Amino acid sequence: MSAPVNRKPKRAGLPPAFLFLAGAFVGAWVLVSLFGRGQFLTAANITNIFVRSVALGMVAVGQSFAILGGSIDLSVAHLISVTAVMTSFIMQGDPANIARAIAVVVAIGLGVGLLNGLIITKLRVNSLIATLGTGLFMQGLLSTSFQNFAGAVAPEFEVLAYGTWGPVPIPVVMLAVVVALGALVMHRTRFGAHLYAVGGNAEVARLSGLRTDRVLIVAHVITSFSAVLTGLFIAARLGAGAPWVGQDGVYDLESIAAVVVGGTALAGGRGGVLGTLAGVLIFSIMDAMFNQLGTGAFLKQVFRGFIIIAAVASYSFRSKEEVG
Amino acid sequence: MPPIFVVLLVICVWISFLNPRFATVPGIMSFLMRAAPAAILAAGQLFVIVSGGFDLSVGSLITLVVLGSSMLIGGDPANTPWVIAVMFLIGIAVGVFNGAVTSWLKVPSFITTLGMLVTLKGFALLWTGGAPRGALPNNFRVFGRNRLSGVPLLDEVPYAVIILLVVAVVATYLLHRTGWGKQLIALGDNPRAARLSGVPTAKVRILAFVASATSAVIAGILLGGFSGVSTNVGDGQELGAISAAVLGGAKLLGGRGTMPGAIAGALTLQALFTLLNLLGWPKPLRDGLQGVIIIGAVAYTAWRERRS
Repeated sequence: MSAPVNRKPKRAGLPPAFLFLAGAFVGAWVLVSLFGRGQFLTAANITNIFVRSVALGMVAVGQSFAILGGSIDLSVAHLISVTAVMTSFIMQGDPANIARAIAVVVAIGLGVGLLNGLIITKLRVNSLIATLGTGLFMQGLLSTSFQNFAGAVAPEFEVLAYGTWGPVPIPVVMLAVVVALGALVMHRTRFGAHLYAVGGNAEVARLSGLRTDRVLIVAHVITSFSAVLTGLFIAARLGAGAPWVGQDGVYDLESIAAVVVGGTALAGGRGGVLGTLAGVLIFSIMDAMFNQLGTGAFLKQVFRGFIIIAAVASYSFRSKEEVG
Repeated sequence: MPPIFVVLLVICVWISFLNPRFATVPGIMSFLMRAAPAAILAAGQLFVIVSGGFDLSVGSLITLVVLGSSMLIGGDPANTPWVIAVMFLIGIAVGVFNGAVTSWLKVPSFITTLGMLVTLKGFALLWTGGAPRGALPNNFRVFGRNRLSGVPLLDEVPYAVIILLVVAVVATYLLHRTGWGKQLIALGDNPRAARLSGVPTAKVRILAFVASATSAVIAGILLGGFSGVSTNVGDGQELGAISAAVLGGAKLLGGRGTMPGAIAGALTLQALFTLLNLLGWPKPLRDGLQGVIIIGAVAYTAWRERRS
């Protein structure tokens, strides 16, 4: 194999995705100023861009771990639905139940992550099929048991979505903490270094003595845990969970898109959490821009697809390898 | 014989016990008619899968075909022939785009076609303003819902079944009996070796995406005929097609797969739904069991491979 393996991740400097982020920001600013309604560069609008990024941002940070390890997780959207529904169903509007609800959904999330990891590593099922399968299974159980919004979250719990910490909304604080923790685990721990090695070349990592299975299982547990955080946030925001909230947000494909736009290689081994944050913010800026330009949701979707392709092409087009 | 055919046979026998009418000629014909779009889509998807890629854009392409045809025909049946031709041209363009971006810009096809999934769905909804508009005339819907009568021995044969049969024969021939098919499998098995031994990788891959997109246009025409105009007609079809191919023994990331297997995989999924429906399972649980079965099938294949 000629692919560079086990190369230490670069620690200095921002990922190139931040260049696109700056470009998207300036572009949106100019376009909205010329053709849009209102101002782009207001505190309210910038805050709004960040708040918009929270739900997708947390799960995309987790998805970065799976993808960096050369795996993928299609089950996150369904796990988000399960989490949102179970949270409000267990809470029933009573603050006394908050701790129990969180404990249950975290346990479910860890279980799902463990199951995904075990199916992929021990049964040797391709991660796409494994997580498609567990996702379908979860959604089947959930949609059989619940047909609509179930229960309600306690008013105190809605602080997660609507509270502020000084001038900063609590959701933005949550996203910042998740990104910081993600970056810390990825770049400053032994597990993080091992994950880069496994994603770069699993066979070489195994031959050099890494327990590759265990690394991938932990990565999947982290991914599922991040989906639980997004599910909790959505339950707080909507006041209750319904069995379709995850799929409606297309969090599976959107989180993968945000990760690769942020510069993480789909094949694994290259990238990082900060790039993912940039990817998510790019999507939110485009959303805010199209809203202010008043072009409607569908034109936004047409452009979003091309942006995903163009961003990844900008990283990949110099490659001499065959890509399938 | 690949295990999928045994599974398909067992499920069909089981259905026949619960519903004896299933094992008659009309029963089999209406089963095949319902399964035809998914089976055709699985056949197209297999070309891309054996080459080592994915085509996630087919579901949105189906939606675009159904909504776009309804808009362009505008209620006048005289427009149907050229509109169908335009749909095939759109499909070919999408396939060429997917294949070219993957081959030349080195964007993994999972991402290329994910982007196209988002863009095509957006484009279809932009065209119709987000709601299903208009209706498809009968001379368009005939392919998806009507039957050819007066066939010897079989009496009535749905057009969809004839189309499925033609697609199955042509696709099997292309994958297993032509140089292009062998080059596709070689490309999926070891891309670098294939290129070094002179396979024109870009051309071979682009044609695979064109085949997949073409299958989506055919499936879209059948689905539009069978169930009419809706904005979510294509949702999730891409994952169904990939599942069918994998159930039929295809290996994700390329190098292995058979056309009869992929088509049998799609028929098996359809038969399974029919069976669970007869057993009184609600739809969400049927989807849930589908998840368990795909994992089980792939795990079983992986286990058999390690043993041998």
